[in-house]
Order: sequence, then C-alpha cells, then structure tokens
Amino acid sequence: MGKATEWFRRTFHRMGSPRWFFAGSRGWMLGLYLVGGTLIAIGSAWGLGFAPTDRLQGDSYRILYVHVPAAHLAEAVYVAIAIAGAVHLVWRMKMADLAIAAAAPVGMTLTAAALATGYIWGIPTWGTGWVWDARTTSMLVLLFLYFGLIALRQAVPRADRAALAVSVLAIVGVVNIPIIKYSVDWFTTLHQPASIRIGERPSIDPSMLWPLAVNALGYYLFLVGVVIAALRAKIIEREAKADWVRTWVQTR
Amino acid sequence: MMEWLAMGGHGVYVWSAYALSAAALVGMGVWPWLALRRARRRIAAALAPNQSVASGDRKRPEPGQGGVA
Repeated sequence: MGKATEWFRRTFHRMGSPRWFFAGSRGWMLGLYLVGGTLIAIGSAWGLGFAPTDRLQGDSYRILYVHVPAAHLAEAVYVAIAIAGAVHLVWRMKMADLAIAAAAPVGMTLTAAALATGYIWGIPTWGTGWVWDARTTSMLVLLFLYFGLIALRQAVPRADRAALAVSVLAIVGVVNIPIIKYSVDWFTTLHQPASIRIGERPSIDPSMLWPLAVNALGYYLFLVGVVIAALRAKIIEREAKADWVRTWVQTR
Repeated sequence: MMEWLAMGGHGVYVWSAYALSAAALVGMGVWPWLALRRARRRIAAALAPNQSVASGDRKRPEPGQGGVA
C-alpha cells in the first residue's frame, strides 16, 4: 500500500466520524463560502456588464451565466447523493446518510432555479416558457426525485429504515442523469445542445466563455461550502445526545 | 446606464433571472446556519436548569426531542 492509499483509507475512516468532521470542517466551510461567493460576484458582474451581446439572442443570453451553473450543479449534486447512497448501503456509514439529508434540499433548490431561469429565458427566446420536451421534462423529473428523497425520509418513522429507503431511491434515480445530459442529442428539442464538450473546442467565444467558467467554479465551491454547513447542522441534530455535542453547546 | 439596465429590451427577463438566482443562492447559504443555530438552542434549552420549575412540574425535556418545538 502506497502512502496515498494509506492517506485515503485513513481519511475515509475519519469522515465516518461525525465528531471529527464537525471539528475539522468549519474552516473549509468559511473558506468555500468566501471564495465561491467572490467568484460568483465576479462572474455575474462580468456576464452582465462586460461579456459581448449575442448576435442571435441579444442580451437575453446573459441568463446563461446563472442558468447553466445551476443546472449543472443540480445534476452534480444528484450524482454525489447517489454515490453517498451506495456508500451508505455498502458500509452502513451514518455520515453518508447525513450527507444525503444535507444535500437534497440544496439540489432541489438548484433544480428549481434551473427550471425557473430556463422558463424566463424561454419566453423571449423560444416564444414560450415551458415545453414538454426531453430536456425540460427530465429536469422536472429530477425536481421530483429530490422532493422524493426529502418526503420519503419524513414518511418513514424509523430513522434507520428511512435511511435505507432514501439510499435505494438515490441510487435508482441516478438513471435520470444521463437522460438529462443526452436528451438534447437523442431527441429533437427546442433546448439548444451543449456548447462545451470534453475533448472538443467549445462552440462559444472565449469572451463569453470566461464569465461562465468563473461562475461555474464559484457555484461549485460555494455549494460545497453550503453542503458542508448543512451537514454540520444535521450532525448536531442527529447527535444531540452525544457527550461531545452537549459539551459543544455548553461551551458556546 | 439606462441602456445597460434595459438589456436591449430583454431587461425584465435578464434581471428577474439574476434576482431569482441570487435569492436561491442566499437562501441556500443562510439556511444551514439557521438550522445549526436552531439545533444548538434547542439542545441548550434542554440542558439548562429548567426555568419553568417554579411555575409548574414539567419534566425536563431530553435533548433531541424538541424541548421548544
């Protein structure tokens, strides 16, 4: 076993400890909030004020800078939740279940934001806010999956049973992710195809691409910070009876 | 300035999309802090010497079972 493997193994084991995570995560959370928030402010100001106007769509295309990161993160958060579901099922790691509980409302909000900004963008661009096409419908399914993850936990009274059911739903629901991603290629849709693909030159000019890159990175970092913050809250809620939590409460 | 705000006639769409996104980001960012504070206060209330002792005979609630809620 190499040093890297050993480090990974030890970190993985420690991550399973709510107490260890709570103690070590505060600095990361604050840093991610700060850096992510700053990048989003820069990217949005850039996209609104400095990126050139689109030849076909005019200025309405600027919605791209908030629509694409929200939609992308909505999918990425779901993939992370599905992985956490698998980790929870295989190793029965409590922290993986808490991570799902922390991330699900974030993913649901992002999906709703992607749908809403898409609707707004559609009015001047497509002539209609909503169409029942493959991309929009599969995104709506994602919203319902997030809603299902939250509702299922509240519907099952026993916490350990609820955690298992939620993990299974998280894993099953991941089939929707490739459907969202390829929906614009497989089906005839109003939604434009991806402008950025791995291994190809982007079909979007660098002057328009940079603010998107800054905003996307900002969304990533900020939302990892948000999920860490939410996980910290879930840890305290779930471990309320642990001695270390009582000590933490009393020393504040 | 006015020209920039107008966004070539698409101002309503652009600004509402950005306002909505900002609201979503702020909401997501603030919510975990409120949740943590709520949990901390609930546990603290359950651990504190019962203030309602004088006025009644209510049992001290266990932390995690919602002393306040």
